Amino acid sequence: MTNTLHRFGAPETQRDDYIVFAMASKGINDAGAPQKLQAFLRLAVKHGPINVGHAIKGGMYRPSANLNPLAHWSRPETADPDAVVRSIEAPSTVAAVFDDVAKVEALLKDLKAADLGISINISSLAEEANACCKRAGITRHSIEYSLGFHGDLNQLPDRHVLELSTMCGHGMLSHNFARKMIDMVRENRRTPRQAATYMARFCTCGIFNLTRATRVLEQARKGE
Amino acid sequence: MEVDPGKCVACANCIPICPMGAIYIDPAANRATVNLDECVECFTCYRGMSKEHMNPTLVRAVRRVAKWLRFRFEPEPDVCPTDALTPQELTWPRIIRRAFSDPLVPHESTGIHGRGTEEVKTNDVTNRVKEGEAGFTIEFGRPGVGVRFRDVEKMTMALAKLPVEFEEKNPVFELIADRATGALKADILDEKVMSAIVELKARIEQVPAVLARVEAVAHEVHTIVSIGVSTRCDGTGDDQLAPVLARAGYTFFRGKTNLGLGRVPKPVNP
Repeated sequence: MTNTLHRFGAPETQRDDYIVFAMASKGINDAGAPQKLQAFLRLAVKHGPINVGHAIKGGMYRPSANLNPLAHWSRPETADPDAVVRSIEAPSTVAAVFDDVAKVEALLKDLKAADLGISINISSLAEEANACCKRAGITRHSIEYSLGFHGDLNQLPDRHVLELSTMCGHGMLSHNFARKMIDMVRENRRTPRQAATYMARFCTCGIFNLTRATRVLEQARKGE
Repeated sequence: MEVDPGKCVACANCIPICPMGAIYIDPAANRATVNLDECVECFTCYRGMSKEHMNPTLVRAVRRVAKWLRFRFEPEPDVCPTDALTPQELTWPRIIRRAFSDPLVPHESTGIHGRGTEEVKTNDVTNRVKEGEAGFTIEFGRPGVGVRFRDVEKMTMALAKLPVEFEEKNPVFELIADRATGALKADILDEKVMSAIVELKARIEQVPAVLARVEAVAHEVHTIVSIGVSTRCDGTGDDQLAPVLARAGYTFFRGKTNLGLGRVPKPVNP
């Protein structure tokens, strides 16, 4: 499960991308984990994440099993973080995505005080996370670095597509759909925010960063 | 995954949705069709698209009229109007495709959802990777390319010759038929999956040698290889791994930071 680690993009394109996630270890400290995971997400929601998700039940942006055809003319952007919190019934991984490091720092201080006893991780620029931990009075325990992509790189698409599609590390957001969303924005058939919301619905873990996606789509529109 | 030809209206919305590019409109039938050899059973099309349950005959009639008038119909791009995508019953060895491609299906071997283990994410509780050690996550197929186990086997066989310790809770480890050579089970070699992760552990001083072997094999496979390397930090939060990676010439800036807030519950006294 390295679904948050290998997000594509230069460091300066990742400064609005912080995924804070929590999980218990199977068979070691997973007793009572659902309540602790709910407590984690409630604290996270208090600090205004742009997305939250549950690895089994889905994120706060979800597809509809019974879409009203009128949605083709007016489709509300429904997202309910509290529904994600309520859906936690068993040990799993839950995540909250932030676009502002100050909010992450405030959350870390709350998490330290709450002392939930489950593992908390930040997936982001490593130095930013380390500095944020220090400001919150936390000494990091372990670190995993991404060394990027190797092998047959000719099969990779362009950077804008990759910046979008790798924000769902499980690969549920296809390169072709990211490319289609870029085209729809460039042709002014959808706004960047609308296109980002379509893509977010495919990320089952709720770790898709809509702020970053909206910015990437705006840049792609102008060919930047 | 299959498409019900009785329901499909050839709207083509599902074509760009497929991460493997396995769906196309069959010109003879004018219906969406799945190339089952390329489909990895990730269920993205079935689960990710919203569904309308509209009458297929009505939708086809409207589409014919719009096409004749040269109208450009611009529907919501993430919708299957007639709920035409249909999961098929999966048997061995094809069932392994879904296990490695759909993150909502737990692996029987690990009991967790996803393609790997808890790895560094619960290292504050498990202490699996200790100071002076390095954990490796070598992932094949991502982003959006997919991999056949024949290519994964090239890596497991190459790494089995090094002084490394494979992670036994990893789903790929369950597929290794010969642990001395790293050979995988023969009947799964042609199966294609979204991604597969090989996890192993070595001493930090062996990191350059392991990475050199991984990079050499990466040039022989027909997919992408994503590499992650982890370690435990010391009491001040510093790590011995970063200088080793820098000396080996790697550029790295993104990481997964375990905050160390997890703990093992104290045993209850009888």
